[in-house]
Amino acid sequence: MINQIFFFYFSAVIVAMSVMAITRRQVLHGVLYMLLMFFHIAGLYLFLNAEFISAVQIIVYAGAIMVLFLFVIMLLNLREDIRKKQFIAVWPMGLLVSSGILMVVLMSMLTVRTGTKGVWGIAQIERVTETVAVGTVLYMQYLFPFEVASLVLLVAIIGAIVLAKRKVK
Amino acid sequence: MIPLNWYMWLSGVVFCIGMFGFVTRRNIIIMLLSIEIMFNGVNISLIALSHYLEDLAGQVLVFFIIAVAAAEAAIGLALVMLLFRNKETITVDDLNELKG
Repeated sequence: MINQIFFFYFSAVIVAMSVMAITRRQVLHGVLYMLLMFFHIAGLYLFLNAEFISAVQIIVYAGAIMVLFLFVIMLLNLREDIRKKQFIAVWPMGLLVSSGILMVVLMSMLTVRTGTKGVWGIAQIERVTETVAVGTVLYMQYLFPFEVASLVLLVAIIGAIVLAKRKVK
Repeated sequence: MIPLNWYMWLSGVVFCIGMFGFVTRRNIIIMLLSIEIMFNGVNISLIALSHYLEDLAGQVLVFFIIAVAAAEAAIGLALVMLLFRNKETITVDDLNELKG
């Protein structure tokens, strides 16, 4: 019972905040609503026994990515841009398409069948603690993708610096 | 116990809200925010499946998605800054010529 109350609270806030985030005229307000939404998603992860990902969500998403957004918004002078119309002229068409895809997704969930269960049940995770379990899977089975991810981040760092650097005259 | 379907429905709703924002907004920063909303919708479903299928591959995948989202945000915002420096606007409707 208490689980369901918390699930409804978190999901209602997540949906409301994401709607608020994409409809605000001020970009800054949208980013702040996103920040609230990330915290609630992290709370939802705690219910799914994903403590490590929950912490990463707060540290990386709320702490790093949203702060990057805030910095860029404050560096730019958006006074004229926010006076323009927010949505494209044919926004009902976008609403139609996305609600159609939403219907397809919701209906397809009714007949979803899950496959065989893996080895990392609650008891097994409790025995070795969650971060150790995630680390074991990450470094044993997914070591190569992990290295590729570090390369992606390196490219992003260099690319961002090269792109955003002012040209020296 | 919460059924798996509820999490999947929540994930679908969040994904479609993000998609609506990406398709209809004209502000590039809000479009990047919508991409983050879509990432988060997918992440919810992956974490829920990882919990209900008792397999940690879902959480590892979410870890990678967060890494790629960070890279994407950095590159995207650098492009936005470059765009603003050249064009003085970040409204996509005003960016209608190929020659910068």
